[in-house]
Amino acid sequence: MTDDTTVRPDSGPGAPVLAATGVVKRFPGVVALDDVDVDLRAGEVHTLLGENGAGKSTLASVLCGAYQPEVGTVFRHGRPVELRSPRDGLAHGIAMVHQHFRLVERFTVSENVVLGDPQLGRWLARGAIDDRVASVAETFGLPVDPRARIHDLSVGQRQRVEIVKALYRGADVLLLDDPTADLTPQETEALFVTVRAMTAAGKSVVFISHKLGEVVEISDRVTVMRGGVVTGQVARVDADRHELARLMVGRDIDLDAQQFAAGSPGSPCLIAKGVTVRDGEQTALDAIDLEVRAGEIVGVAGVSGNGQRELADVLAGVLAPTSGVVEVNGQPIRSARAARAAGVAYVPEERLGTGLAPSLTIGENLLLTRRRGALVSRSAARRDAREIIARFEVKAPGPDARCRVLSGGNAQKVLVARELAGDGQAPKVVVASAPTRGLDVGAIEQVRALLDDARRNGAGVLLISEDLDEVLAMADRIVVLYRGRISLEADRASADRGAIGRAMAGIA
Amino acid sequence: MNDNAWIIAIAASIGAAIPIALAAVGAILHERSGVLNLGVEGMMLIGAMAAFLAADAWGNVWLALVCGVLAGGALGLLHGVITISLRANQIVTGLALVIFGTGLAKFLGEPVNGLKRPVKIDPLEVAGLGDLPILGPVLFAQDVLVYASIALVVAVSLYIYRSRAGLALRAVGESPAAADAQGIAVSRVRYVHVLAGGLLAGAGGAYQALARAPSWNQEYTINGLGWIALTLVVFSNWRPGRALIGAVVFGFALRSQFTFQTEGIDFPPQVWLQMAPYLLTILVLIVTSSPGARRRLGAPAALGVPYSRDER
Ligand SMILES: Nc1ncnc2c1ncn2[C@@H]1O[C@H](COP(=O)(O)OP(=O)(O)O)[C@@H](O)[C@H]1O
Ligand SMILES: [Mg+2]
Repeated sequence: MTDDTTVRPDSGPGAPVLAATGVVKRFPGVVALDDVDVDLRAGEVHTLLGENGAGKSTLASVLCGAYQPEVGTVFRHGRPVELRSPRDGLAHGIAMVHQHFRLVERFTVSENVVLGDPQLGRWLARGAIDDRVASVAETFGLPVDPRARIHDLSVGQRQRVEIVKALYRGADVLLLDDPTADLTPQETEALFVTVRAMTAAGKSVVFISHKLGEVVEISDRVTVMRGGVVTGQVARVDADRHELARLMVGRDIDLDAQQFAAGSPGSPCLIAKGVTVRDGEQTALDAIDLEVRAGEIVGVAGVSGNGQRELADVLAGVLAPTSGVVEVNGQPIRSARAARAAGVAYVPEERLGTGLAPSLTIGENLLLTRRRGALVSRSAARRDAREIIARFEVKAPGPDARCRVLSGGNAQKVLVARELAGDGQAPKVVVASAPTRGLDVGAIEQVRALLDDARRNGAGVLLISEDLDEVLAMADRIVVLYRGRISLEADRASADRGAIGRAMAGIA
Repeated sequence: MNDNAWIIAIAASIGAAIPIALAAVGAILHERSGVLNLGVEGMMLIGAMAAFLAADAWGNVWLALVCGVLAGGALGLLHGVITISLRANQIVTGLALVIFGTGLAKFLGEPVNGLKRPVKIDPLEVAGLGDLPILGPVLFAQDVLVYASIALVVAVSLYIYRSRAGLALRAVGESPAAADAQGIAVSRVRYVHVLAGGLLAGAGGAYQALARAPSWNQEYTINGLGWIALTLVVFSNWRPGRALIGAVVFGFALRSQFTFQTEGIDFPPQVWLQMAPYLLTILVLIVTSSPGARRRLGAPAALGVPYSRDER
């Protein structure tokens, strides 16, 4: 990882271009930042590493002017500055790329880029604007079409637009909040090339992540945070992954992919026969036959968008197939209600919205899937919520916190806990879609352990994941989805990475 | 019906369209900033009532017009404080504004109820062109506000789609978080356009009182014009030009009652015409509360959602 060719001679220590000292920021019920110091040198990539809820985004928001610290000072080139809004931040050459992009979907790329530019003329000259945006993008090797509309762009392309926005405004400090969370490996590589081009041009980058591997690859320095405080700082050359992980999680963890013992499958509990889903012209699923036996994990590998979402929804009764049947222990599944009644637990891809109701509290969300009479017991829900918060170290103000205020990882913990470690009735079938995406190391461990528990308790588990390592580590059997069909089926013993990769790409 | 009656009907429907068009264009600016405006009817009523009272007191039609505009603006500002600064529910606030505007107009207008309009806005005669056949009455014998309103629609269209400020306006209505991150002052943009919405609704109401309705009548002076304007906002997809065309169509429908009546025909049926504002209100409420319909109609994506940087 400490490849010499990526160490630039000009990346040595210089004066901090941006720094903050003694920063304190609270939200109702949480101290998001507790006396935090951080500094950024010219031309470096400084990573903020930490689990979900550690305070990384909040710190970056303070540095760009979006949040005002209650205590503490931000320094630009050694001088204290007061950043009262993102506008002040931009005026000081500081721009942030938020994890959830701040783009106007209906606008074109260049409209998004020039938006808010004080130097823009009173009337819009579209041709000239498009040209200017294209030329800024080209300078940093970021291919974007200035005339494209945002809603037509992929996640990776949108991120490029965000970076072009910052560069167009002449920012020389870029704060990238969890930029790789939703990127494919190829897109991540392309992002790193851009980051290196930016630092080579003398810009400084604050890079936020919870993925150890890429942090070690891209950073000059790493500041590790946990629970709103800085737990350590290391230069890249000394970075040791185990040490970083320990600083991040607060205890030792085993970084090598956990291996789980194979299950001892019983009789089939989840059966899909000839399931086809058509949406207009599109065929999302094409006559899928699938069987999951009690006590086994079936892993569904594949690049997302090949029918995974539809498959999960059909199996959980949320989506009615165009044709075909789904049965759980002999009972046909035609609605989400029927699926619940048959003991199906569902962890959907979309956590907030499908999985959890964002404007309900954690306790209320637990009540949603519970069997209930005419009256519900709030105190019991609250008690369970408290238990989940404690057991899974959910960063939340309390059982009455609305789920929308939870970070992605914490929301996922609540969701998985509700589905798998719920109120005493063990699920008979588990359908889990990307259950560990975007989670930190500690949380991933917990979620995988819950899935493994479910298997050992005799549930049939369908694990849909883009993370091939995860599928290989956990599944007893593996199927690969490609364009709505099963392109490969293999036992754990006979699973061959190369063959699976080819099946994922549709190369027979 | 003879040709002459038709020409008069068309000419009159343009005049009838103006109060609706002014209010609709105002509401478009208002809603483009992401703040729902269900209070148009109330703002128009207040504008009409203020204009009538001022005309009664001072006898100057232009001063009366200004008073109507300002009264609508005052209500707009109030709406702004409640929805932007206090971040109240915009559906409830809008409906409350209608009730408030209606009540206040009734209370203050009580002494003049049924009174004949003391002064009125007169049509211009554009250098004899008004005598041209057909085109004359339709295009050249209108009053100055008709021409001003048409110019306004063009100007607002250019503003929304071609200017830097319009870009900021649309961004604030689509995604205040994105606009904020780019350094745009979200609240200021919203206040300015909510105020504009109030001023123009006031203007629409004032015009109705000063140029259209022969006397002040609590029930009939405005009588649902605000709701018609709101319907136009939705079905014009928040575009001023289309809203103007829609206003003329409505104006024609409203006028044709009179036109056909003289012929002894009840068309459009009186009951339907009287029901229209209420049916349209229901339609507007259904559409504004259905996410799918909103998206299809091209509503500003953040319409109705208060913004706070700290909240997520
Ligand atoms: N806008 C907000 N409202 C309430 N709580 C928040 C808000 N933003 C962050 N928090 C809380 O502050 C803590 C730090 O969050 P954050 O900075 O997003 O962490 P990270 O980016 O490291 O995952 C978390 O406990 C989170 O729930
Ligand atoms: Mg974050």
